[in-house]
Amino acid sequence: MGDMNLIGASVKRKEDYRFLTGAGTYTDDVVLPQQTYAVFVRSPHAHAKLRAVRTDAAKKAPGVVGVFTGADTAAVGGLPCGWLITSKDGTPMKEPAHPILAKEKVRHVGDPVAIVIAETYAQARDAAELVDVDYEVLPAAVDVRDAVKPGAPAVHAEAPDNKCYVWGHGDAAAVDKAFKAAHHVTKLEFANNRLIPNAIEPRAANAVYSRADDSYTLYVANQNPHVERLLMTAFVLGLPEHKVRVVAPDVGGGFGSKIFLYAEDVVLTWASKQVNRPVKWTAERSESFMTDAHGRDHYTVAELALDKDGRFLAMRVHTLANLGAYLSTFASSVPTILYATLLAGQYTTPAIYAEVTGVFTNTTPVDAYRGAGRPEATYVVERLVETAARDLKMDPAEIRRRNFIRSFPYATPVGLTYDTGNYEKTLDAVLKLADVAGYAKRKEESAKKGLLRGIGYSCYIEACGLAPSNIAGALGARAGLFEAGEVRVHPTGKVTIFTGSHSHGQGHETTFAQVVADRLGIPIEDVDIQHGDTGKILFGMGTYGSRSLAVGGTAIVKALDKVVNKGKKIAAHLMEAAEADIEFKNGFFQVAGTDKKKAFAEIALTAYVPHNYPLDKLEPGLNENAFYDPTNFTYPAGSYVCEVEVDPETGVVRIDRFSAVDDFGNIVNPMIVEGQVHGGLAQGIGQALLEGCRYDPETGQLLTGTYQDYAMPRADDLPAYQVGTEKTPCTHNPLGVKGCGEAGAIGSPAAVMNAITDALGVRDVPMPATPQTVWRAIQAKR
Amino acid sequence: MYQFNYHKPASLADAAAALAKNPDAKALGGGQSLIASMKLRLSQPSDLVDLSGIAELRGIKADGGGVTIGAMTRHAEVAASAEVKKAIPALAALAAGIGDRMVRNMGTLGGSLANNDPAADYPAAVLGLGATVNTNKRKIPADQFFKGMYETALEAGEIITSVTFPAPKKAAYVKFRNPASRYALVGVFVADTAGGPRVAVTGAGPGVFRVPEMEKALAAKFSPESVAGVKVKADGLNSDLHASAEYRAHLVTVMAKRAVAAAG
Repeated sequence: MGDMNLIGASVKRKEDYRFLTGAGTYTDDVVLPQQTYAVFVRSPHAHAKLRAVRTDAAKKAPGVVGVFTGADTAAVGGLPCGWLITSKDGTPMKEPAHPILAKEKVRHVGDPVAIVIAETYAQARDAAELVDVDYEVLPAAVDVRDAVKPGAPAVHAEAPDNKCYVWGHGDAAAVDKAFKAAHHVTKLEFANNRLIPNAIEPRAANAVYSRADDSYTLYVANQNPHVERLLMTAFVLGLPEHKVRVVAPDVGGGFGSKIFLYAEDVVLTWASKQVNRPVKWTAERSESFMTDAHGRDHYTVAELALDKDGRFLAMRVHTLANLGAYLSTFASSVPTILYATLLAGQYTTPAIYAEVTGVFTNTTPVDAYRGAGRPEATYVVERLVETAARDLKMDPAEIRRRNFIRSFPYATPVGLTYDTGNYEKTLDAVLKLADVAGYAKRKEESAKKGLLRGIGYSCYIEACGLAPSNIAGALGARAGLFEAGEVRVHPTGKVTIFTGSHSHGQGHETTFAQVVADRLGIPIEDVDIQHGDTGKILFGMGTYGSRSLAVGGTAIVKALDKVVNKGKKIAAHLMEAAEADIEFKNGFFQVAGTDKKKAFAEIALTAYVPHNYPLDKLEPGLNENAFYDPTNFTYPAGSYVCEVEVDPETGVVRIDRFSAVDDFGNIVNPMIVEGQVHGGLAQGIGQALLEGCRYDPETGQLLTGTYQDYAMPRADDLPAYQVGTEKTPCTHNPLGVKGCGEAGAIGSPAAVMNAITDALGVRDVPMPATPQTVWRAIQAKR
Repeated sequence: MYQFNYHKPASLADAAAALAKNPDAKALGGGQSLIASMKLRLSQPSDLVDLSGIAELRGIKADGGGVTIGAMTRHAEVAASAEVKKAIPALAALAAGIGDRMVRNMGTLGGSLANNDPAADYPAAVLGLGATVNTNKRKIPADQFFKGMYETALEAGEIITSVTFPAPKKAAYVKFRNPASRYALVGVFVADTAGGPRVAVTGAGPGVFRVPEMEKALAAKFSPESVAGVKVKADGLNSDLHASAEYRAHLVTVMAKRAVAAAG
């Protein structure tokens, strides 16, 4: 008999035994017979012409198996971009070539120039120093505002003004009209700071070619192995897709940075055939800093028009988005489709216009990072709303209440239709959880200690469950965004699930097993979740955009429905009843209104030992798969309140209280959800207080290339969170779930910065609000 | 890491001989800076002379009112030492706040001083307490030991054997950490010693330095208010992503004030 009510139970994570006892298998753990090791020679310059790449000495070095450069890979295609953005003048975005090894030019510090393969890692490293590259250093375009100035160095000849696209979204004329009639306009101008992902496991890959059947296997730390394979075979290497297997084994965190097809993965796969040996590369931490796709990096001017009662009339947003030196896999869509469509937030703002200029610079490519566009949108909306409340001397909760969307479905002016939500309920809940009523007293107590206390709100919304393929396609996506799942019921009634979702910290092996065990009424121990291997899984679009349970989980549910339907046919035959009279409940197929029933395992056995079986009407076996393409996005939303204490002498900000109430719809495993919220909050608070990628604005050298200079949040930077949930189930997937992975990172930066600006009594403080930055803001005010 | 020859002498004399024989040899203490820089291929010694096998370089003993600490004593041992806690609690607390647990279990007093990283903690205590650095050749007063960024009075082949810290009447160390590395952006060690108050600052400049104006003010009255108004000039202080020279100069005053308050 199965555990009842597994949905909603905080089941301990099945995968943690493996992870906590060091029994996981990460890509770097994979050692193949005749293994070789690779080191990449990388550009030390942000922008330079390659005059010559001399490899003779490296080729002769001890243990070297092969050295290859851009000239050797000239026949290999460039890396593709998966989303076409069309400029407002109707022209397609500029898509300059993204070679897997640099050809005529290098365009950012860390751009790969050559690969050196040797018997040992140390030999490869030694030989890499012997590759002699003759660079002609060129002026670099670094800061996004500098790169669009006339006369700035051009990163690509195809985009002489460094503009990949100038994209417009919304009704500009309606917005202009509303601004003219407005009682008040709140305007802010700020950067959304550039972040470096820093997954605990660095990127790694191990490629092997088999001469026996002309096939390849690539082990790679990746969030979506089927997409990796599709992009690599169809667009870059021209290999037959069925001859390439991509395995993403245990992966130690992704946060978006492992979605993409990277040059290293392709070079390794290509080189494995050249040397006819397996070739492994694991990024050093310095390489991760330089070459993992970075996140955010916007410069934005945002305006909100209001009437005298604080009702939002219109919003206008102009953003320069740094895309880096090349278009990474989804780079073009992040500051456009995943950003401007969220600018309505939780509000009824009737007219919104956003214009986004995607800009090439001599920096590492920028792409999706936890939240991907939605944190940037939330930051714009929630900083504007809070500042508007201060401008109009209104309570920040009240101004939000006056503008909340209250009837659903609701079509925003920026292209989304929210299916459900209850924003007032989450706001009310967080006000209580945060004890906002006691704030004034706490502020007094802080003042007695010479500290400045501030409070900040943030009410976010996100579009998750990516995505309805037809809508995405109409918006420029070059891929489908469905998910696939397979349910393999074994003769003994045990179940193996194959899912196209990929778990790299999210706990799918537990959450998905809960769904399956609950639906089939069998013990959770009888369910195993398999993922991350194109050789096992029928297909998959992978994990990102908080989509796994809403889309991947639904595909599994649909396959489970097929299993149950077939089971009913078998049960009807066994019990000599009409199929329509069979009910499936708590693990039993039962003839309605009788005590005649068959356990799930009995039906499974019958399917595989079909002696008494309707073979004329029904195939034996019990194995079903399903593809699920969602009909809409899901819309998780929540309300956050942050309270900070600022030490005016040093500028140190301490987060005293952080309260978060999220509406993720139905929740399968509250413990895992809370863990996801904690992690997201840590990353969002990291963005607000600590993390800021910096390049030298002249040379393009990465100044924050190690943990000495790039500040990651540590446990003692963070408060003990108060978290809660409210529930409006998603209306269009059978689980009623919305997704929870990115929420914390999306909602929290605005809450923190609203609190700091409140404490200081200033309009804006740039992120990250480091002690020096805050101290300077205090000095400037004096 | 490049290849190198490894030596583990059992006596000070053998260590000195090994260092003398190879001009590109380096003495290895706890390796918390040297090994990391070798792994990054920023440092390429021909030979490493590991001092961890020399018994006489380890240990802590009460010495007059103060303590003498062997050069190879780990930070964690200093932090946990009953003798240090009794004689100079501020020194034990400083050691307990160096780096992280791994660094404290490996890093050594002598290694930290010989390296003289401008953001290291120990130099502030050595200078602030007016300690004496004992080597295999001589005794060097703190005021003559530190010579600026990564520079000390040590001569080629000279090995720190121990450091003698006199006990102050009271002392405290307050550190403002770099938000990324957690090294001292500014660390101030204040001590009321037999020879008068001393204020030593690490992290702010190219090397540890004293602030005579603050010492004078504290000699008149050992209280936080005495240093609160003493400004340090920003000229010559470090300036980087995390803190400008101006901000560091400001923090020196704030940390000095807090250190005096903490000293009681």
